[in-house]
Amino acid sequence: MSGGVPPYVRLANEIAAQFAHRTPDEAATAIANHLKAVWDPRMKQALITHANSGATDLDPTAALAAKKLQAPS
Amino acid sequence: MTLLKEPDFGTPARPGAATTELTIDGVTVKVPPGTSVMRAAKEAGVDVPKLCATDNLEAFGSCRLCVVEIDGVKGTPASCTTPVREGMVVRTQNERLGKLRRGVMELYISDHPLDCLTCSANGDCELQDMAGVTGLREVRYGSGVEAGANHLDLPTDSSNPYFDFEASKCIACSRCVRACDEVQGTLALTIEGRGFDSKVAAGAGVSFFDSDCVSCGACVQACPTATLQEKSVVELGMPTRTVLTTCAYCGVGCSFKAELRGDELVRMVPYKNGGANEGHSCVKGRFAFGYASHPDRVLEPMVRNTLSEPWRKVSWEEAIGFTARRLREIQAAHGQGSIGAITSSRTTNEEVYAVQKMVRAVFGNNNVDTCARVCHSPTGYGLKQTFGESAGTQDFRSVDDSDVILLIGSNPTDAHPVFGSRMKQRLRQGAKLIVVDPRRIDLVRSPHVEAAYHLELAPGTNVAIVNALAHVVVTEGLVDREFVASRCEDFEAWEAFIAQPEHSPEAVSDISGVPAEKIREAARLYATGGNAAIYYGLGVTEHSQGSTMVMGMANLAMATGNIGRPGVGVNPMRGQNNVQGSCDMGSFPHELPGYRHVSDDDVRDIYEKLWGTPILNEPGLRIPNMFDAAIDGSFKALFVQGEDIAQSDPNTQHVFAALGALELLVVQDLFVNETAKFAHVLLPGTSFLEKDGTFTNAERRINRVRPIMAPRTGKQEWEIVCEIAQAMGYPMHYDSAAQIMDEIALTTPTFAGVSFARLDELGSIQWPCNVEHPSGTPIMHEDEFTRGKGRFMETVYVPTSERSTRKFPLILTTGRILSQYNVGAQTRRTANVAWHAEDVLEIHPHDAEVRGVSDGDLVALSSRVGRTELRARISDRMPVGVCYTTFHHPVSGANVVTTDNSDWATNCPEYKVTAVQVDLVPEPVADEAAREAVVAGGNR
Repeated sequence: MSGGVPPYVRLANEIAAQFAHRTPDEAATAIANHLKAVWDPRMKQALITHANSGATDLDPTAALAAKKLQAPS
Repeated sequence: MTLLKEPDFGTPARPGAATTELTIDGVTVKVPPGTSVMRAAKEAGVDVPKLCATDNLEAFGSCRLCVVEIDGVKGTPASCTTPVREGMVVRTQNERLGKLRRGVMELYISDHPLDCLTCSANGDCELQDMAGVTGLREVRYGSGVEAGANHLDLPTDSSNPYFDFEASKCIACSRCVRACDEVQGTLALTIEGRGFDSKVAAGAGVSFFDSDCVSCGACVQACPTATLQEKSVVELGMPTRTVLTTCAYCGVGCSFKAELRGDELVRMVPYKNGGANEGHSCVKGRFAFGYASHPDRVLEPMVRNTLSEPWRKVSWEEAIGFTARRLREIQAAHGQGSIGAITSSRTTNEEVYAVQKMVRAVFGNNNVDTCARVCHSPTGYGLKQTFGESAGTQDFRSVDDSDVILLIGSNPTDAHPVFGSRMKQRLRQGAKLIVVDPRRIDLVRSPHVEAAYHLELAPGTNVAIVNALAHVVVTEGLVDREFVASRCEDFEAWEAFIAQPEHSPEAVSDISGVPAEKIREAARLYATGGNAAIYYGLGVTEHSQGSTMVMGMANLAMATGNIGRPGVGVNPMRGQNNVQGSCDMGSFPHELPGYRHVSDDDVRDIYEKLWGTPILNEPGLRIPNMFDAAIDGSFKALFVQGEDIAQSDPNTQHVFAALGALELLVVQDLFVNETAKFAHVLLPGTSFLEKDGTFTNAERRINRVRPIMAPRTGKQEWEIVCEIAQAMGYPMHYDSAAQIMDEIALTTPTFAGVSFARLDELGSIQWPCNVEHPSGTPIMHEDEFTRGKGRFMETVYVPTSERSTRKFPLILTTGRILSQYNVGAQTRRTANVAWHAEDVLEIHPHDAEVRGVSDGDLVALSSRVGRTELRARISDRMPVGVCYTTFHHPVSGANVVTTDNSDWATNCPEYKVTAVQVDLVPEPVADEAAREAVVAGGNR
């Protein structure tokens, strides 16, 4: 954990920064697709749980991506 | 095989069709125009005596031994410097020529020691051979002192750790001087003096060791006598047999003739027919193989229940049984996903394939990653997104056709020396060089090479710079519209994006510190200078935007049409010998072999049917994720194949915490490395001299690694993996490494045509190798991209969060040095430590002065995550505010200060940007004696 932020939150926030130029929905879709492709299930689940907890340390677009991950595809 | 002596044609081959016909000693031969008479004669089966000529050097015409008669030509011209002519009639042997040659030989021998029987070159001396060939029976001038003035008392220079310079045996043929020039490109050697005083010198009045010599050994190989001779040959005698194999160091993947007496390796000689190196080598590949027989080698398995216990040597059966039992116990207690493995780029394709199979088929998860995670994983991601294939586009030979070379974050003369030499030769022929690097690497300015532009950017601003280069291309009308229209997609959106003012050189200048006009001129040169090639290294990938930068370079190449032919392309310089191969073999947690995603049902079906077990369709943990999961308690056991993660991975304290949290750590390695200090099982590994398999180099070239001896541990590494799998209840067995390659070919389309037999037949193969390309693919994307259309990607510059602050005002960047390799586990156990006994911190004179630091002072280097100490070297190679070090020694441990920051797409660590402070350490540290002892220990 870096600076009290769980690793999956730090990583998700870093990814979100790369998509900040897109609309929130586009960005969230791109982030969710990326996480789906390369993240281990436990990390994705941790992110979803964290987003659902209402935590404030998660980038809003990353939080939206977590919701998209949660939704059945 | 018996000792392989490659034929020497005397002068280099000339390109083109064999259209010039001539007659030599009555034999008619056709050769390409420009070929020398000497070479034509050899091709006709006629050996012309020679001493100063050899076929990797241009003709010199000094020894006068190769004289011939040519109808219609006066005198006796030297055959090495005389080009063929249509209808030429040549005689190479008659009484007159024989007399001339004996006269030449008499003069040579009159000033040469007559100690042939005890000479180290006895049996491999061209002077000796020529004395025989010319029928020399007497030396009328006498020999030695009786012949008058001579050079027989000249001293021997033994300063180089690997070879001697016995000046008394020198015949001043200049082959060594020319090899240093034409092959290596260092120009360290010269002929000093005139006439009788002419002698070979390494610089002005200094020894070989203190000269500019980089110890590549090209001079030793070129020497026709015992003058430049490997110390190993002096000590052991001439080798008697050859095994063709592949170097175990960098991603160039040089082919070598391992020359042995029995099972004892005498010397490594680069192989002329080696596709990657074509007869050249560097100091590591040629000389630094002694680690394989170093007393530190672990040869028996060791086990311990806890880290506080001493190691216990055990049988293979016990070690494998212990490992298998503990892995199953941990899975039973903590879940199927609680264990995993890391593969190594220092092991063969077959060994890597076996480990990823063990993880997927036996562990039942995808928790397998490779050390390429921390070097070139962004290459895989970026090139896959844009071109459709996770590999470089060219072969090394392609650089010979480049007119412009854009070198970004790569220092080939240190990190990939044999390719660096090749690049230098092309630059000296007139190709233009653009260097993008915060540090003034040697290629920016070295003898006969000077970069047209050096964009000395601030660390972390690569993407801003590549966007600015592309901005110039787009806004100044330099786009190759025809190429883009026919070969690419998503261009219009990208064009609009990159044309935005924020990407202009003027805007980027403030961010990067590079003057706008310099960026514009470099972009124009790249776009309009002819064939333009991009070569890049870890200075691109090891950033928080490593993947974005790879895509940015691909955009630039596509926009200018610099893809799909010789001389162009986007080329990653891979760090370790099998980075490409370890990635190809499915050791990424989201990809099966051939870069096919684990979620692809059709691909999984291939393996599920063959392996008889289901494969998870979700990605596994990457290396940094494994560390995080170990600390949070969900990951409990790790198998590490040949990789010293405790030294090589960033934020050492974090890595130590993760390794310390594991219930089982299994290390397969040559030595008790830093990682092994946290291990419960140590499975001794095999050196490249014992391995049987293949390595795949940076140009996708699959080369055979052939054993020169049986494994000193008794087992090949893939056999050990198979036995663990079997002990865990899965029937995994191969009869040979060749059988593993057959399975790879059976299941991986890009390897479909590869087999050991085919490799033996062709020498090497560049994948893809399949029905369409049965002999491999030197250059990719010629007619279309692997993914069909090349895809332009928007590459937004997002600054790294790692920035200099009041507390940490400098930026540290890291790299490599020529004589050492990665974490130094191999090279620190060779005489290479003579050149680099410890890592040092290069610091700009201004930054040093304000801190009261002088050259050689001990300094503390600290970042927000850690602190270490090392010696300072004052250097203006970096701009003010930037310092630099290497990571070859565990004593200083550069990664103590590097952070968790990583590439957003792949988690490749951001080694290249760390905010640090440097402080003078006023008093010697308490353990200085211990430091020195460790360094001295490496000198063994």
